[in-house]
Amino acid sequence: MRKIAIYGKGGIGKSTTTQNTVAALAEMGKKVMVVGCDPKADSTRLLLGGLAQKTVLDTLREEGEDVELDDVLKPGYKNTLCTESGGPEPGVGCAGRGIITSINLLEQLGAYAETQQLDYTFYDVLGDVVCGGFAMPIREGKAQEIYIVCSGEMMAMYAANNICKGIVKFAEAGGVRLGGLICNSRKTDREDELIMELARKLGTQMIHFVPRHNDVQRAEINKKTVIEWNPQAEQADEYRKLARKIDENKMFVIPTPIAIEELEALLMEFGLAA
Amino acid sequence: MIEQRPDAATAKQELVGKYPSKLAKKRGQQMVANKIEDGGVVPEVLANSRTAPGIITQRGCTYAGCKGVILGPTRDIVNITHGPIGCGFYSWLTRRNMTDPGPDGENYMLYSFSSDLHENEIVFGGEKKLEAAVREAYELFHPKAISVFSTCPVGLIGDDVHAVARKMKEELGINVFGFSCEGYKGVSQSAGHHIANNQVFKHIVGLDDQVRGQKKFRVNLLGEYNIGGDAFEIEELFKRCGFELVATFSGNSTYGQFANAQTADLNMVMCHRSINYVAEMMEKKYGIPWIKVNFVSANATAKSLIKMAEYFEDAELLARTKAICEEELAKVEVMRKKYAARTHGKSVVLFVGGSRAHHYQELFKELEMKVLAAGYEFAHRDDYEGRKVLPTIKVDADSRNIEELHVEKDEALYRAYLSERKERLESEGYTFSDYAGMMPEMDTDSLVIDDISSYETEKLIELWKPDVFCAGIKEKYVIQKMGIPCKQLHNYDVGGPYNAFRGAVNFYRDIDRMANSPVWKLTLASWQEESVESASPVLEPALA
Repeated sequence: MRKIAIYGKGGIGKSTTTQNTVAALAEMGKKVMVVGCDPKADSTRLLLGGLAQKTVLDTLREEGEDVELDDVLKPGYKNTLCTESGGPEPGVGCAGRGIITSINLLEQLGAYAETQQLDYTFYDVLGDVVCGGFAMPIREGKAQEIYIVCSGEMMAMYAANNICKGIVKFAEAGGVRLGGLICNSRKTDREDELIMELARKLGTQMIHFVPRHNDVQRAEINKKTVIEWNPQAEQADEYRKLARKIDENKMFVIPTPIAIEELEALLMEFGLAA
Repeated sequence: MIEQRPDAATAKQELVGKYPSKLAKKRGQQMVANKIEDGGVVPEVLANSRTAPGIITQRGCTYAGCKGVILGPTRDIVNITHGPIGCGFYSWLTRRNMTDPGPDGENYMLYSFSSDLHENEIVFGGEKKLEAAVREAYELFHPKAISVFSTCPVGLIGDDVHAVARKMKEELGINVFGFSCEGYKGVSQSAGHHIANNQVFKHIVGLDDQVRGQKKFRVNLLGEYNIGGDAFEIEELFKRCGFELVATFSGNSTYGQFANAQTADLNMVMCHRSINYVAEMMEKKYGIPWIKVNFVSANATAKSLIKMAEYFEDAELLARTKAICEEELAKVEVMRKKYAARTHGKSVVLFVGGSRAHHYQELFKELEMKVLAAGYEFAHRDDYEGRKVLPTIKVDADSRNIEELHVEKDEALYRAYLSERKERLESEGYTFSDYAGMMPEMDTDSLVIDDISSYETEKLIELWKPDVFCAGIKEKYVIQKMGIPCKQLHNYDVGGPYNAFRGAVNFYRDIDRMANSPVWKLTLASWQEESVESASPVLEPALA
């Protein structure tokens, strides 16, 4: 089983990209589990055709110790398995601790057991690496590969660089590696070149350039991935390409984060050229 | 006892010798050979500074200082620990604070109250469970006040204990207040004392203006915690002399006493470190002057009582107080002579508290023992060198992290005649608001060590082999395994009271028993004894 974590700046399109890629992998016949690590619990909405009924933490709170795997693991598009760790409302408690609790519980319940015959587990993690809890999926060997979703916008690249710093920290102890950057296009100037150069500097690759397309939005309104909503759409093929590249990926590195000055220079070089 | 002890400077070199250079430099500043120059000037000692990681320190946490030390001895406030159960459980009755449950019998000190946070509350927030705990405590006991203490996780998840307290105060109609005393704050429990002082002052002092009891000679005793019944001894003396004790902060105290404390005419500070903040704030707001007192040892007790009496400028009070002191000192002297004959010339080191390591030296002087070294766990420079160094103390980020209350004169309650009396007495040479510190009263070439570590404790014993070691429970058995009796000065082991006149005699007796017990010579294992090679094999060493 390959265990993959998707990180990236908030609002960059991690959940959308993850679910569309997972849908494409499922189409290829892969058995995939998606673990949503965001208190908003919206990481599996497109695969389930709506929000998950109950998150792991809700279930734990209400059922106490009597939790079964079936209570928290729901089948989604093409037999993908979906679970949401959930968490507190904004401004209270500790969402990071919630993710730790939730992943531990999933392990205890056997979500990752051989008998599940999983080919992939995807962790879709909230925003930047903000604290220990959100780093949980890359600690202790839980996820082995990481893909960072970014775009040609300054803050998205800044976040990607920061996440790389987090990966370096856990790379030695947990064995986690960076598999590449996924550029989710915002149609900024020379975006593909810019991200390829950033990837080079980080010691990794731009694994795929996902162009911007309104079909993504249309499918989302219908609570579906593009692949399910319109399998013939051009955008569906983009996600299939991304899925195939991830499936065939052999490039796993410990990234080399860059200094903020270097990042700014990069933007000057590519971002301003008309 | 060993023949020739290395001197303080040599001992200091030995203690820091094994440390890496950066740490050795820091510990070197926290360790000085005492030297007294003109005007009581002593060397500077680094204090109230973070313990280096890896050092096994004696220090406790901010929560312990706030809940355990300051609020722990008050019997009729329900103290709820907001946190996982361990914090509440392990701070339950450990200090041996005694109390007189009074005519109402309202005493919650025997209970341990906790919101008992679990993983669920850490993730989703614990405020609701805290509300439920406050409500439940109220329904069960209907106390006058409920207080809430924050533990480390509460600070991390950001529960607003003060908002919960305000809400519950409104709902229940009793005084409810919280403390942001998360364990990790500050460099030691000292931060907790300050936080406790602030909240007690802000939420309780001044709520009740009725003058009860006698109208004159009204005093508060600050920084006395009734360990082993100390307060009972002091209270009895006050009564005999004619002082009206309004409030003690906080040995044998009640909520009502705190609320009424502003009606006193004089504040007496005993443990300067833990309580001077309240004394300062009460003087600013109400005009009540404060003096430093000490009821540990017979001589210090007499001195303090007479100083109290002098403040009131009443000939009858002064004469009565002097007569009582004379009578008691004479009784103590008979016993002192008896015990000092057996303890004379023996040595002691004291590493404890933020005042105790100083106060108890008086008792050892009366026992004619020599103090080789002393130090505090959580004191600041003023407790070592005296309040004269206050303007030169560097306020670092750790101290700034603790709220400093802004206090103003209460126009209605400020009693100008008290500050006028203070001024007049001061001109006659009476000292107020002063603490000379520990070092000016210690011998030159005794060693002063702040925040002594476990390693240094063992090393010091090896070097100096004192006859008695004073510390706390964490150190006690390590020290005793090295063959040195250890007296706990936090909780007195099972002993006490040790304050005032009768307490002094109790202390003489207990120290004599420790210092002169033959048992300490039998602590060597058979293979450590020199005679073992020549002796015939036996299962146990014969008792001499």
